[in-house]
Order: sequence, then C-alpha cells, then structure tokens
Amino acid sequence: MGVGIQVEDLNAWYGSTHTLQDINLHIPANHATALIGPSGCGKSTFVRCLNRMHETNPIARATGVVKMGEIDIYREASPVEIRRRVGMVFQRPNPFPTMSIYDNVISGLKLNGFRNRRILDETVERSLKQAALWEEVKDDLKKKSGASLSGGQQQRMCIARALAVDPEVLLMDEPASALDPVSTSKIEDLIFQLKTQYTIVIVTHNMQQAARVAENTGFFLNGKLVEFDSTHKIFTNPRDKRTEDYITGRFG
Amino acid sequence: MPVKPAVSVVASPAAEKTTPSSPAPVSPVREFLNTRGSGRLADTSFAALMLACACSIFVIVLFIFWILIQNSHLSLAAFGWKFFTREAWDPVSGDFGALPFIYGTLATSLLALAMAVPLALGVAIFLTELCPRPLRAPISFLTELLAAIPSVVYGLWAVFVLVPIMRDTLGPFLVKTLGWTGFFEGANFGVGLLTASIILAIMILPIISSLTRDIMTAVPHSQREAVLALGATRWEMIRIGVLRNSRIGIVGAVMLGLGRALGETMAVTMVIGNHPEIHKSLFAPGYTLASVIANEFAEATGDLYYSALIEIGLALFLVTIVVNAVARLMVWAVTRGAPSRAS
Ligand SMILES: Nc1ncnc2c1ncn2[C@@H]1O[C@H](COP(=O)(O)OP(=O)(O)OP(=O)(O)O)[C@@H](O)[C@H]1O
Ligand SMILES: [Mg+2]
Repeated sequence: MGVGIQVEDLNAWYGSTHTLQDINLHIPANHATALIGPSGCGKSTFVRCLNRMHETNPIARATGVVKMGEIDIYREASPVEIRRRVGMVFQRPNPFPTMSIYDNVISGLKLNGFRNRRILDETVERSLKQAALWEEVKDDLKKKSGASLSGGQQQRMCIARALAVDPEVLLMDEPASALDPVSTSKIEDLIFQLKTQYTIVIVTHNMQQAARVAENTGFFLNGKLVEFDSTHKIFTNPRDKRTEDYITGRFG
Repeated sequence: MPVKPAVSVVASPAAEKTTPSSPAPVSPVREFLNTRGSGRLADTSFAALMLACACSIFVIVLFIFWILIQNSHLSLAAFGWKFFTREAWDPVSGDFGALPFIYGTLATSLLALAMAVPLALGVAIFLTELCPRPLRAPISFLTELLAAIPSVVYGLWAVFVLVPIMRDTLGPFLVKTLGWTGFFEGANFGVGLLTASIILAIMILPIISSLTRDIMTAVPHSQREAVLALGATRWEMIRIGVLRNSRIGIVGAVMLGLGRALGETMAVTMVIGNHPEIHKSLFAPGYTLASVIANEFAEATGDLYYSALIEIGLALFLVTIVVNAVARLMVWAVTRGAPSRAS
C-alpha cells in the first residue's frame, strides 16, 4: 500500500541558486498527483527531494520537512531505506549498459540479495508487462544489453525496473516524453491500475495526460508552487491568474 | 471569470474499471525488502574502511619522509638545505650537492614527456577513433606488452641499438640541422642526456597511451554524435567531443608517465653516462637522482657519503611532489571557471 507524503517549507538549492522556494503540499496516499509547469521551473528538483536524490548532487542542498507517512525522511530514516520504498523513473532513461534486459529489470532486487529464481522470473515478466514492453523483448531478455534498446524502450525498461521492487511511492519524471501514443496510453493505464495501491507522483508537460491520470495537480513556476488543487479545479477554474495563463496556453 | 478549459477532464474508460479494490496482500518482493536493514552500519563501516585505506597512504608517505630525513641528518647538518643547490659531488673530500642530479632527472624526464606525450596521444586517438576494428585488439595488446618489459631489457636494447644510432646517425644529423641552438654540441659518444630521454620516452609511451585510450573510450558515444551532428569533421569531433571531455584524465595519465620517468633507474643508468655535471648540450653525459643511488649506494664508504645518498633520495621525493603539485596547479588554472562535468 502506498503512503501519503507531506511536504512542509521545502527549499532547495543548487550551489547558491535558490531553486525551490517554500514548497508546502500534501500528496495523498494511493492517488496520482501530477506536477506541471514550464521547463526549468523546478519540477524534477522537487521530485528528487522526495526520495533524497537531490542530496546526491554535491552542490545541492535542501531544507524543510518531507514526511512519508509518519516518517520524516530527512531526519528519521536513512536515504537507503527511503529509496528502497520509493521507485523512481528519471527524465532521461538510464539503463545499465553492461546488464541484460533481465538483469536491468531485477537489479533492485539483486542488489538487495533477493535470490528466489521463480519469483525473479515472475517479477521480470510482471514488471515488463506493466511497462508495456514484454511483447517486444521477451525473446531476448538475457541476450540483449539494456542499452541496445530504443530510447522509448529504454524508458519503459526503466519503468519496469522501478516497478520490480514493488515500491510504495512511485516518482515518475516525464515517463512518457519519449513514447509513442500507444505506449503512452499503456503507461497511463498502468498508472490507473497502480494508483489504487501506490502513491504516484508524475511530472508531465502533457496537460491532457495530467487531466487523465491524476486526481490532484500542482502548478510550479520559477521554483514556487503556485497552485495545488484537484485536477478538475486546476483545469476548469484555477484560483491563480498564472495557472490560468499557463493551462490556456497564454503563458509567457 | 470562468476559464475555458484547455483540456477536457472526462474520466477516460480506464478510469471506470479501477474502482478501489480491497488492499492488496503484500507481495513477497516487498515483504523481503521491508526486512532489509537500513544498511547504515554497513555503510558506515565501509566508509571507515575506505577512510583507513586513504589514511594509510598518508601514513606511508609520512613514514618514508621521516625515514629519509632521519637517515640523512648527517648530510642535512653538514650542508643544510643548500644541499639541493650545490653542484659538488666529491666522495673523496666529502663534498656533496644534489643539483646535477636534480638537473639530470628533470631534464631527461621532461624531455621524455615532450617526446612521448604527442606520440601517446596519437596512438590513443588512432586506437579509439581511427583504427579498423580488427586491428584494435592486437595493437592495444602490443602497447600493453611494451609496458610489461622490464627496464633492464630496455637498457640493453638502448646500449646495443640506440647508442650506435645516436652516435653514428641521429647525432650528426642533429648537429647539422639544430646545431645552432647550442643543445647539440661537444663530443657525441652516443651516451648522454638525449639518449636517456629517448629510452625514457619509449618506456613511458605505453603507459600514457593505454591509459589515455581507456579514458577516451569511456567518453559516451552520444558526445561524439552531438559534435558530429553539428557538422564537425572527424578531427573537430575528436578535439571537442573526445579530448575536451577527457582532458583531466589525460593529465593524470601523463603524470603517471612522468612519475615513472622520474624514478626510472636501470635503463637510464645504462645510457646516461653517469657524470654529475650540468651541461647545456644534450650530448653531454649526465646523472639522475635514481641512478646515483643505485650506482653508489652499495659502495658508499663513510657515514656522510651514505647520508648524502639518502638525502638524494629525499631530493627525488621532493622533486616528485613539486612536479605533481605544479601539474595540478596547471590543470586548475586551465579548468578554473569552466563548467565541470555534470554530476
Ligand atoms: N544539476 C544541476 N546543477 C545546477 N543547477 C541545476 C541542476 N539541475 C537543475 N538545475 C537548475 O534548477 C532549475 C530547475 O531545474 P529542474 O530540472 O528541476 O526543472 P524542471 O522543472 O524539471 O524542467 P524540465 O521540465 O525542463 O525538466 C533550473 O533552472 C536549472 O537550471
Ligand atoms: Mg525535469
């Protein structure tokens, strides 16, 4: 089951650049939440703060509180534990080039020492099916390197890799930006299925996608969360003029 | 004011088939992962272990330094820090100085670098970017084989092949073409600074080129594509897409080669002539820090002589440190302000 995420006064920096400013929001458990906003406004940075990936950048820094369920992830848990519970799909696909497709998908389990062959096989099949990649790769799972797939296939493999560990929270940073309409709609179906059991945060530039999959939507602008509300409200009757301009395409 | 929605928010068909079901049972995978510890202890002990490894380097360096200082105290007391700038080397009257050796070491090593680095870069560029695929492995293998040959074998080869060539062919040619520079004057017996530099260059070539090749292979293919797609020629692609990305690593490779050149003993001793003198001419015999220790340590009679040789070791140690520091400074000066590679 998923857990909710409570974000309080989150600030993030790259060097001296104040990238995220005073973000406050609640991401409800077992729902999908979409994040929209113009390029460079801090969506990826925000998502990376939710599983403490932000701090892996040597020049980066973050302050504030992020609670997963009852746990304050910056103070009460190790980053390792948090990331084991939170799956992440990056904006750019990052397959392991020296591993086969099979090994790529189960790498999260392997590194934790999971050895049950039967369950590993099942997990690979299940995650690849969920990520809509199974049919294309099932014949050379162990023969082909993860890097030999096409860009969109790599992205779906990375989704499968995140799903294989059965996370409680799934962070997806523009998971469908490199995908064709069919795979995109399969990924959206997947989000639909998963969100009854997982908490999903999805960054997207595609507003129809946000509207289709997410109950709640947040609009970021220049490092600030301008508005956060139910998707319906954001897209039909936003409170803030800037949100309205953005979703109606009158931005900038 | 009501907003005309840019997108329609209608529940898609997929929305209807997912009425929240009863909580799914915890999967075996999740169950397993939840039993795993935080790894904090493992991470901390790993970090501590690595720190210990790193510290051991410090300890070893300090220990060597301390031993060198301790064992050279006689000579340190007699000549002070002036030892490093004195030219005398007279075991009979007990008059010692390190300058000719420092000169010989620096001159041969830097000259060797000047010859080896362009060649090594050429070899590496050829191997990674230009060489037909089937030839790559054999050539790489040969390069690495060169690095594995013991230095005394290089020395023998130099004595039998390089010295005659220097004496009869290359030397006279250099006198004719570059004699006016003053670097190629005096009697040319085939042994001397230049011969030593050439054999050093040959010895460090494989290290520098194979390390550089590895560094250049590690540059992601997408970088090359990005430059090529801008309409770059092959050479521009190599310069911007490959060399620029690997410059810091290449400097590291060069430093390793230089380290080997500074400390090389056997092959140099066999062809440098072993005279502690400072001459501008590269035909003149010289002596290096490492060579004098190897040649004279066993016969060192008297405590001061012995102690002076140890101080020569100290000088070699300091020369290596200073040269490395200067190289780091140069890298820092070049890359300062430039964007570093994204993390
Ligand atoms: N590694 C980094 N180092 C320095 N600054 C960074 C880094 N990553 C992002 N930034 C800066 O932080 C700001 C927010 O970047 P972020 O990647 O979060 O934007 P985004 O909303 O995800 O954009 P996009 O929609 O283009 O993916 C940008 O202005 C960017 O310049
Ligand atoms: Mg982004």
